[in-house]
Amino acid sequence: MKKMAPDSILDVRDLTVKFFLDEGTVHAVNGVSFSVPAGRSVGIVGESGCGKTVSAYSITRLLPKTARISGEILFRERGGDITNITELEPDGGDMRRIRGKEISMIFQEPMSSLSPVHKISNQLSEAIIQFQGLTKRQARARVIELLQLVGIPQAERRVDDYPFQLSGGMRQRAMIAMALARNPRVLIADEPTTALDVTLQAQVLNLIRDMQDEFKLSLILITHDLGVVAHMVDYVSIMYLGMVVESGPVIEIFDNPKHPYTRGLMHSIPKLRGRRGERVEPIPGFVPSAYALQEGCPFCERCPMREERCTKGIPQRVQVGSEHYVCCHVYQPGEGEPDVVNA
Amino acid sequence: MLRYIAKRLLNMIPMLILISIISFIIIQLPPGSYLHTMMAELRAAGDQISMDQIEALRIHYSLDQPVHIQYLNWVKGIITEGNFGFSFEWNRPVKHLIWERLALSLVVSVSSLLVSWIVAFPIAILSALKKHTFLDYFLTFVGFLGLSTPNFMLALILMYISSVFFGFSVGGLFSPEYLMAPWSAAKVVDLLKHLWVPMVVIGTSGTAGLIRVLRNNLLDELGKPYVVAARSKGIGIARLTFKYPVRIALIPFISTVGWQLPQMISGEAVTATVLSLPTAAPLLLGALRSQDMYLAGSFLLLLSSLTMIGTLISDILLVLVDPRIRYE
Ligand SMILES: Nc1ncnc2c1ncn2[C@@H]1O[C@H](COP(=O)(O)OP(=O)(O)O)[C@@H](O)[C@H]1O
Ligand SMILES: [Mg+2]
Repeated sequence: MKKMAPDSILDVRDLTVKFFLDEGTVHAVNGVSFSVPAGRSVGIVGESGCGKTVSAYSITRLLPKTARISGEILFRERGGDITNITELEPDGGDMRRIRGKEISMIFQEPMSSLSPVHKISNQLSEAIIQFQGLTKRQARARVIELLQLVGIPQAERRVDDYPFQLSGGMRQRAMIAMALARNPRVLIADEPTTALDVTLQAQVLNLIRDMQDEFKLSLILITHDLGVVAHMVDYVSIMYLGMVVESGPVIEIFDNPKHPYTRGLMHSIPKLRGRRGERVEPIPGFVPSAYALQEGCPFCERCPMREERCTKGIPQRVQVGSEHYVCCHVYQPGEGEPDVVNA
Repeated sequence: MLRYIAKRLLNMIPMLILISIISFIIIQLPPGSYLHTMMAELRAAGDQISMDQIEALRIHYSLDQPVHIQYLNWVKGIITEGNFGFSFEWNRPVKHLIWERLALSLVVSVSSLLVSWIVAFPIAILSALKKHTFLDYFLTFVGFLGLSTPNFMLALILMYISSVFFGFSVGGLFSPEYLMAPWSAAKVVDLLKHLWVPMVVIGTSGTAGLIRVLRNNLLDELGKPYVVAARSKGIGIARLTFKYPVRIALIPFISTVGWQLPQMISGEAVTATVLSLPTAAPLLLGALRSQDMYLAGSFLLLLSSLTMIGTLISDILLVLVDPRIRYE
């Protein structure tokens, strides 16, 4: 049996995902590792296209057939056994059981992620009936209960609505209820607020945090906005071009960011109390293509601290704090804090 | 829902009036008429008695009156006594000619439609699920084979096969002994024995197109986020596919039922001629050719009404299967 840290529920180790297309190979995820301690929350942050969704879909094996996945995704079952998810059949019985009872997902697009022609009651009770053996009637009562829990007013009436009859915020709440309906132990929320109005974002985030407490969930929160995770998660992994470039406890990352990319992200957080119209500084340059893997550090073209050695060899993971790791040539194992200007 | 249907039915009335006017204009458009031709022939032959009879007919059907009076008389006859006028060519009232033919046309068309759906749906679903595999290409090939085989040829081949190998003739819709017989259980059985040839011939011609469209609809749907979301719930692939994407991919088809029915009725013309089926299309063709105005006009009117009814039916079905429409 595989070994994993005693307190983790999910360990992603050296996850690599490639898409083999006619146009070439897309290197979507290139050796991502992170672990989720049971009952805690982990944020995965990075710009659009860096492989967050592909990593999340790997955990639930929802990737299309063009994807090749390698590495290990270890999951601790209720009985304590450890299952390596990468070895399961994508739509086989074990994977479906894990999806139906253990690991739930919330998707970015609340509208298109619900079937337009099926009632809320139908879509939410489906998995309950299949995996918890409830009757239709019991499942319906449970769905109403869940809708109330996620703050949908008049849940008894709303349960018979179609998704398009709900507002965007209500739909995302219904999606959260749909994920919770399965009584999961792990919840993966993939940019749950990106499609929502700014005013609704905070509400939905609060709801997710409340639900995490209520259901004792282990949470993976995926976002492109470092600001979102600040009050939401215990640990953060920063991703760039299919790699984790920095990871650590959230306080540590915010107080003492090491990787130049993390620092760039910090600068691009819109300041809530800042003056109106104040421009957020984006990180200069473009994310390189995921078709060709580079030789050196993936960030080096956009890096303000670029040095000669950055173009040669992918940087190794270096421990820079108690649980704080960074992948950057500037930091060498054994060396102390390098003398760098705060970028 | 009942209100919606009532509203739609009311809306049909002005449409029907318009269609009847257009039908009437169309049959008046070409110069000459059946009676003109006949009178010219009789005059040449010097047959005074027949000419007097025709003159009487002309006056009876107010063909000496202006066109709009003729039209009003025709419509009045239809509304008050179900009288669609007189077929000069067949020398019988139109109503004795058309109903049975229309009914048979409907039977042939609906059953062909069913055949093409029953054949196309499983093939399309299989093709979409096994996209870009040998099976997909093979099924597509077979579909195109069906599309590119001319109907009349398939009809002839089937007729040949059934008379040579099974020893019975399948031309027409009835065996000679039932042709004039009143309707009975035995006659229905006889009809079913003959029906399969036009069903297969007309049905397969639409299958390939149907497969293509449904396969592509389904492929679109299969890539949608709600399918991934449904998979993420742990539902089995087969169950999920039928519950979500297939259901949604079928919606566009329901909206095509309306115009597919009349299209099939006119589309069967060639097949009906080859197989000498006693359906509407050959009769309509003959009436148009000989300018038998009331017969042709009545057919046009009834076929258009059929289109409208078909559209209404498909709209009602659409409301039933797609909740989004109800609330728009
Ligand atoms: N189905 C797919 N086929 C090919 N490439 C894909 C597919 N899905 C994602 N990718 C590529 O993988 C990379 C990571 O995508 P994704 O995980 O969706 O990014 P994000 O971090 O925005 O969620 C991108 O370069 C994207 O173009
Ligand atoms: Mg994404």
